[in-house]
Amino acid sequence: MHDQIVVHCKNLRKTYEGKVEAVRGIDLTIYVGQCYGLLGPNGAGKTTTIEILEGLLDASSGTVEILGLNWRQHSAELRESLGVSLQETRLSEKLTVRETLELFGGFYRNARPVADVMEELSLMEKADSWVGKLSGGQKQRLAIATALVGNPRVLFLDEPTTGLDPQSRRQVWEIVRRFQGEGGTVLLTTHYMDEAERLCDYISIVDQGKVIAAGTPAELISGVGGHHCVEFALDTKPAVSAEYWRTLPGVGGIMNEDGVIALTVEEPHLTIPALLALVEQNGWKLNQLTTRQSSLEDVFVNLTGRRLREE
Amino acid sequence: MIDQPSETKIEQRVRTVIVHGRWTGYRMLLTARLKEMTREPEMIFWIFLFPVLLALGLGIAFRNKPPDAVRIVIVQQPGSARIAELLQRSPDAHSLKIDVLASAQADLGFRLGKFDVEMVPSGAGVEYVYDPARPESMLARSLADSALQAGAGSKPAVPTASRVNTEPGSRYIDFLIPGLLGMNLMGSGMWGIGFAIVEMRQRKLLKRYVATPMGRGDFLLALASSRLILMMAELLLVLGFGVYAFHMRVMGSWAAILLVSCLGALSFSALGLLTASRAQKIETASGIMNSVMMPMWIFSGIFFSYERFPAVVIPIIKLLPLTALNDMLRSIILEGGSLSSQSAPLAVICGWGAASFFLAVRFFRWT
Repeated sequence: MHDQIVVHCKNLRKTYEGKVEAVRGIDLTIYVGQCYGLLGPNGAGKTTTIEILEGLLDASSGTVEILGLNWRQHSAELRESLGVSLQETRLSEKLTVRETLELFGGFYRNARPVADVMEELSLMEKADSWVGKLSGGQKQRLAIATALVGNPRVLFLDEPTTGLDPQSRRQVWEIVRRFQGEGGTVLLTTHYMDEAERLCDYISIVDQGKVIAAGTPAELISGVGGHHCVEFALDTKPAVSAEYWRTLPGVGGIMNEDGVIALTVEEPHLTIPALLALVEQNGWKLNQLTTRQSSLEDVFVNLTGRRLREE
Repeated sequence: MIDQPSETKIEQRVRTVIVHGRWTGYRMLLTARLKEMTREPEMIFWIFLFPVLLALGLGIAFRNKPPDAVRIVIVQQPGSARIAELLQRSPDAHSLKIDVLASAQADLGFRLGKFDVEMVPSGAGVEYVYDPARPESMLARSLADSALQAGAGSKPAVPTASRVNTEPGSRYIDFLIPGLLGMNLMGSGMWGIGFAIVEMRQRKLLKRYVATPMGRGDFLLALASSRLILMMAELLLVLGFGVYAFHMRVMGSWAAILLVSCLGALSFSALGLLTASRAQKIETASGIMNSVMMPMWIFSGIFFSYERFPAVVIPIIKLLPLTALNDMLRSIILEGGSLSSQSAPLAVICGWGAASFFLAVRFFRWT
């Protein structure tokens, strides 16, 4: 079952006229039942990629196959089986939630009953409210509802939780998990590493139009050299290269960000005493010492030297 | 909060699915559009109240007033009393207002427009002082003169009789109402379709729609037909108002009026579609639409007949869609013209509609 390919694209490229290449050769393979994440900073080419897959943009080159079909020959069939939520669609404000879903359902040959979808997305009590009167979280749930009402097999969500409060984000995650639990396949883009880590089975990290790393969240994190991260800063900047710290036991990766040195390690209880001893031996002083779990953020920083969300 | 479904629930769950027919999407779009439009208070004002208020205002301003009395001043001199007496004796005396004043006051009054004509007794006769640039002054001179001659007992060389005719049909309001109808059909077709499209494009709603299996033709059709329904209601209201409030007479058939209006509405909807086919901003679309409509507001005979323009440009004016629509509406409503006699304007309006629609669909920007 799990080896059935739902989305397959190869060497996807997109050049906007007179602009730089937004997508510079992306390959993706998404299997049935997977929740696949495109993680990357703003402007990485995530939206361009997902809109090409949704058949809303033409690729400059490369191939796209979804459910064994392609956009040139089978667009009508494909649209029937896909559910889409775009970034920043503002639905008609003077229609109610129910009317909006009836409208979208009406576009599909096979649609789900509007009441079922509202029930599932906790929109029942807002059924007869105008869209203009909904909160941000409710609007986003409605946007996803318009995608689900067509009874899709594949769900494309572009930045589904951007700008939402923590509770609304968790509600969106639950909706995605439920759809996936019923056998649906999901592709979502996000620049929240916690979202990708918790929600996705498989992640492609995208930067400047290219996939720079791909794997399950666990694989990606272990790729940085350890599941724990020891961060420290010294009161003086010693004249040693970053590689100096590799002499410590169990150090996988080393990152230096404005004097804060982050070491990814597998066994902090071995590394930390050795670090303290080394500092003492050199007559340096620690300004800061913390440990935390390694995250996808560390993966991104490790690969690019930048953070996912530049302040 | 939503519970995460457990494994067993997933196995048991059967999704209910409704099967939709070919026209469900169109029907849903049409009802959604109608609901949206009727929920905009401004929309109700512009479509239903504004044209009626405009007709009412203009109808009152240009209503047929009882003819004004002709204001005559006679300069105080020997003989002025005799002239006044002759004028009073004429059969038209009731429409004359006569003053006798000293020369300086009479001149001043005439100059300020208080009097239409000044009569200066000279010997046995009279001298008229009038201003040929003022139509009422010209009229006053000839009326005063004929009253004077009649009062003095002269008989007309040719016997004449007069009959009063203030029947509906020839008044300004009769001319105006069909023009207003045409103008409203143009305005609501273009603004209604154009703005709706640009707004949806701005909201990325068009893009969201084309990400579904929605028929693009269905969408455009629903947009046009929702407008058409509203415009027909508007047409009946404005024309009904003319009939009720101004006792207009509709000479031709209502079916022909409706048909011509439908064609006009569709044609202007297509033109609205074309003007909004690429625009990304309301401001852009608004500018384009105004520059398309401006010449028609001026040339197409809404408030006054385009026959007043030089003869060379009239054939060009007749090629404008609003001119064609106004001509047809006037011919049917005022003269009882039949559809078959309208082939030229019908061709003009259908040509504009078809060409605009073709170009609009070709260049339309969905995303």
